[in-house]
Amino acid sequence: MVIGTTTRLEHATSLLERVVDPDLPFLSIADIAILRDVEVSDSGDVVVTITPTYSGCPALGVITEDIDATLIAGGFRSVTVEVSHSPAWTTEWMSDSAKAKLIENRIAPPDALLSVVPEILCPMCASDEISVLSEFGSTACKSLMVCTRCREPFDYFKAI
Amino acid sequence: MTTKEDTTIATGQFGVYLIRHADDNLVLGQRLAEYVTRAPDLEEELAVANIALDHIGLATHLFTYAATLVDGDTSADDLAMLRSEREYSNVLLVEQPHDGFGDVMVRQFLFDAYQLLLWQALSTSGDSTLSGIAQRAEREATYHLRHSSNWLIRLGDGTSESHSRMQQSINRMWRFTGELFESDELDVAVAASGVGADPVELEGAWRACVADVIDEATLSIPEDPYQASGGRSGIHTEHLGPMLAEMQSLARSYPGLSW
Repeated sequence: MVIGTTTRLEHATSLLERVVDPDLPFLSIADIAILRDVEVSDSGDVVVTITPTYSGCPALGVITEDIDATLIAGGFRSVTVEVSHSPAWTTEWMSDSAKAKLIENRIAPPDALLSVVPEILCPMCASDEISVLSEFGSTACKSLMVCTRCREPFDYFKAI
Repeated sequence: MTTKEDTTIATGQFGVYLIRHADDNLVLGQRLAEYVTRAPDLEEELAVANIALDHIGLATHLFTYAATLVDGDTSADDLAMLRSEREYSNVLLVEQPHDGFGDVMVRQFLFDAYQLLLWQALSTSGDSTLSGIAQRAEREATYHLRHSSNWLIRLGDGTSESHSRMQQSINRMWRFTGELFESDELDVAVAASGVGADPVELEGAWRACVADVIDEATLSIPEDPYQASGGRSGIHTEHLGPMLAEMQSLARSYPGLSW
């Protein structure tokens, strides 16, 4: 029975790797640390705990629906998605591989939270000659920057 | 999920406290949303829409949590969409209408400076859910305040026209700032039980922050001592009713409607 539950947990966890952030579809909810916990009972009921990123992120509803649909399609009988606020989500939780994927997709990854001098590099040419075009960008989590060397504008994932 | 252990404040009362701050954020978010498509440039469109989303999202989290604490089967949607003007407990500042970008930024600046201090204080709340919400909101408020402060300085210390319009906006909004720091029995009770913050204690830091920016913007704090209040107890200016009527019209016309 214990082995069965473990296998089901692995199955659920691997299914959840397919659930992505709709605003950043190359990142899974595990990559971006929205996914906090997965529990599977002996009877196959799954409880998934997620945490919101930015307060204003409208993706949470879609993510909740995607988690439910993915697990049900994967054979789980019932799915409960719980939202936890504590501890508060922070960009510090983002993995190095997630940051690398951001750069691959031409988005500058978040800087360290308490950095005095922000270290933002152009995701195109890696120059540090950056100026701010707009503090608020295409989504709640991003600012719009421009590289003054290659002249390309790009999104920067704000550190919170 | 929550670890609220302190019993000196009733659960329902703590819910009422959360609703105050949810109301502030929903009303300001709605006011900002009204301004979308009217901003002076595309960057400000994005900024105003994003800041509105942050406020509305924060209100959603607070209402959702409060709905689990107050009596009955009240849902977060009920709290937002089915309470009347007299039941709304937001401060008067956030419901003030705007006539142009100067008003939008001055209202935002005065409130951002307050909310940054509020979330800082609540980030150590003894209630873990509220402290989690506050920790994230504090970092967001830092971005909001930087944005609104920059505009105050840029337009205040800009042309004679922009300067005079910013000063008019400050003169118009200032009378609604005293209320931010009024404390009532509920504020005192939540602060004493370690889950809330007493607004009185935020006032000194707020005055220092606001005075610095207003000074750098070459603007001045009005000398008129008159201060309006009443929002926390549901006595609003004439502007909240029409705003709520528009905001709630869909939910009231089609009860229980969902997408």
